[in-house]
Amino acid sequence: MIETLTVIFQDYTFQIVALGSAMLGVISGVLGSFAVLRKQSLLGDCVSHSALPGVVLAFLSTGEKNSVILLLGALASGFLAAGFVTLIGRNSKVKSDAAQGIILSVFFGLGMALLTFSQNLPNANQAGLKRFIYGQASTMRRGDVFLMLIVGAVLIGTVVLLWKEFLLFTFDSAYGETLGFRSARINAILTFLIVCAILIGLQTVGVVLMSAMLITPAVAARQWTDRLSWMVVLAALFGAVAGVGGTLVSSLVPEMPTGPVIVVCISAIAIFSVFFAPRRGILARLIERARFRKLLKAEIGGES
Amino acid sequence: MSAGLEISLIAALISAACALPGAFLVFRRMSMMTDAITHSILLGIVLAFFRTRDLTSPWLIVGATLMGVFTVWLTETLTQTRLLKEDAAIGIVYSTLFSVAIILIALNARSVHIDTDSVLLGELAFAPFDRLILFGRDFGARSIYLSGIVLIINLAVIGIFYKELRLTTFDPAFAAAIGFSPFIVHYLLMLLVSMTAVAAFEAVGSVLVVAFMIIPPVTAGFLSDNMKTQFVLSALIGALSGVVGYAAAVKLDVSIAGCMAVVCGLFFMLAFLFAPKRGWVSERARYWARKIEFDRFTLLTHLIHHAGSEIEERENSLASLPHHLGWSPRRVERASRYLIERGTIRSFNGIFFVSDRGKTEYLSYCRELFGDAAENFDPANGG
Amino acid sequence: MKSETAIVVEDLTVAYDVKPVLWDVDLDIPAGTLTAIIGPNGAGKTTLLKAILGLVKPISGSIEFPTVGKNARKDLIAYVPQSGSVDWDFPVNALDVVMMGRYGYLGWFRRPGKADRAAAMEALAAVGMESFALRQIDQLSGGQQQRVFLARALVQNAEIYLMDEPFKGVDARTEKAIVALLKGLKNDGKTVVVVHHDLQTVRGTFDRVALINLHVIDSGPIQTVFNESNLARTYGGKEFLASAHKGERHD
Repeated sequence: MIETLTVIFQDYTFQIVALGSAMLGVISGVLGSFAVLRKQSLLGDCVSHSALPGVVLAFLSTGEKNSVILLLGALASGFLAAGFVTLIGRNSKVKSDAAQGIILSVFFGLGMALLTFSQNLPNANQAGLKRFIYGQASTMRRGDVFLMLIVGAVLIGTVVLLWKEFLLFTFDSAYGETLGFRSARINAILTFLIVCAILIGLQTVGVVLMSAMLITPAVAARQWTDRLSWMVVLAALFGAVAGVGGTLVSSLVPEMPTGPVIVVCISAIAIFSVFFAPRRGILARLIERARFRKLLKAEIGGES
Repeated sequence: MSAGLEISLIAALISAACALPGAFLVFRRMSMMTDAITHSILLGIVLAFFRTRDLTSPWLIVGATLMGVFTVWLTETLTQTRLLKEDAAIGIVYSTLFSVAIILIALNARSVHIDTDSVLLGELAFAPFDRLILFGRDFGARSIYLSGIVLIINLAVIGIFYKELRLTTFDPAFAAAIGFSPFIVHYLLMLLVSMTAVAAFEAVGSVLVVAFMIIPPVTAGFLSDNMKTQFVLSALIGALSGVVGYAAAVKLDVSIAGCMAVVCGLFFMLAFLFAPKRGWVSERARYWARKIEFDRFTLLTHLIHHAGSEIEERENSLASLPHHLGWSPRRVERASRYLIERGTIRSFNGIFFVSDRGKTEYLSYCRELFGDAAENFDPANGG
Repeated sequence: MKSETAIVVEDLTVAYDVKPVLWDVDLDIPAGTLTAIIGPNGAGKTTLLKAILGLVKPISGSIEFPTVGKNARKDLIAYVPQSGSVDWDFPVNALDVVMMGRYGYLGWFRRPGKADRAAAMEALAAVGMESFALRQIDQLSGGQQQRVFLARALVQNAEIYLMDEPFKGVDARTEKAIVALLKGLKNDGKTVVVVHHDLQTVRGTFDRVALINLHVIDSGPIQTVFNESNLARTYGGKEFLASAHKGERHD
């Protein structure tokens, strides 16, 4: 067993994929914390689905499957979708969840129509495009990981730089406004970072599972701490552990798809946290309640 | 029946079937729950397949439907712990169940022939190949019957429980107080949603079921205030986008389900922008009309409040009003010109005075806006 | 002696959509005073505070702060919102919340340092909450939460304080602490404006009052303004309005 593990850890492909997945976990853990606290968990779902038409259009117009170009397409349509959701919410009585559902499904439908259109083109080989729907971590290359590292460094650097502003905005944006911090500006920056984080993960875990990467590490981390700074660090750590763990399991078991395994790993961490986290966890609260009941009983018994 | 006609029919039936329970989902702010249900039913199908080893078994539909209801239950139970918010719970539950399904399919690829592509994308184009053959006779595509039955069930259940559904949606506390368990009605609705999603899932794929459940009811909401009319409209919009979407897909030679969703989205956009009364354009037009009227009244109020005071000259002149009201000179000019033309105010040496007619109009307008509280605004009362 | 004016509200009209909430409001608040804003529900009290802060855009009118000046930092006007407007499960403790009061002074990018921390602790001590500094905010009682938010405003070291119902739902001890705090602010020459609900406590706590119901019914020193006839005019109209609406619904 240990021998197999050493072989795997020395394997170059494994190192690349594990590094990429870990990086993805870190990025989505950090920015997901803010998305979850802003109650925008499903923004990830919306943006990742909505990226599809942008990806296909970028491919159709340039004919390239270069990650950077496809990502720029995804960025454009993902950001557009987030903007539409805000626009619908602001200008009508449609609830934000309905607006998300509408934009998500229409953009995805448009993407599919474009995808099938590109399939009909004579020279199109859109294998690279399918990656964006299901994600294929195992096909990650050095260039992809390099891109992730750079984007990740920029994203996390921005979060560190604007930590105070993001905290203030996420917690109490109206108060921030009275201090002279324009909410619209902070909102635009933060949303942009979250959209970037989502898109960088698309080719690893795909459209459907990206929202899990955004939400789940943050939810798990929240159970262990009452400080935002620790929550973000823990979420990044959990994300990275799930990334490496998922990659490891999928390379040990043949036919095991990497993306879904990463998601199951992070979900397992979240379930464990919800049950067993000290103080907040379900178990801790049950024990607390039992102790309280005992105390109460003793008190009543003592009086009578 | 030709294949094209059959597909159109299926598309129309499925879309209409989705739109009916979808209306309640939208009212209950559960739009994103459909996304969760449509993804996690895949796990139900896979698990049921392991039991039956038959991809055409009706048990698959049962398994998938139950899994959809389970998703809702799990999400709500997680939310009730108050350890995480509802939107986060939805995201976690469905992505986990979906991942497990994908892993199971991948590990048993030799025995499970579920194409994960068609799970997300659907394959309506192949529906006519799957025939319903009884006693050696061809009765048409199986999906026609499946979607037809689902539509009928939805119509029947919503028809029978309309009152209960409506009550538990808009006033769950009152419903519980008079003896309708919101819990039972809620899960009945979820059962319906889940079953519909399963039927639709085969045709249009999991993502686009969301489009047909949510967009028609929201669109209908722009067109009518009456709930029953909304139901009829949303079923019609659903059916229409199915038919038009298919025609467009054939014409452009692209994905049918994708086109249907886009057409549905276009209907939404048209309603959002141009619906009479509630559309964006008419809302804006009304807003501006009222704002102009409001400006005139604001100006009149200001003049009345400062009439007769020693600083009247300073407050009520054409030159100083822009500063006091914080308006552009053009805005003051526009409002005052109208008031002068109506005879409500007079201009004298660049200072405005309110006429008796103006005072009467002011009071009647106050009454219109504030009801009996208007007496507070009567300048004679010292307000 | 003619005292300076801290807040000058002129011809202020605010409407949500086109439904007027504040109606040609003129209000002067002298510097160094404790003013209660009083009026029935829906009279526009909160909207008035928000308009003064620039959180809602008025249809017409202007707001000036002569003692602070036009180009001063925005955080010289401190705001204590109504409690319950934040997500209490948010992962911050009392000290974190109070530190936010320093952010306006720090501006973009700069991080809070030791001095800011000390100031925040001092403000917590001023409201008697220093021993709860590291508590997550959901683990505090309603009154304690209110005191934390007051400390956040205190640490801003502002010239003008606007508070939206700070006494709402707090315990007796907190109420006492808040009253002491308000008086302390006044003694330091600060201007304090408080939206207030409890008519019984107005007299002992405040020195000025502004009666509001869509527009200013009257404003001035307690002795001259806070009387039966003004109160009847402030609250009476609203009751009529409410009954009128009820009548409509029964039709």
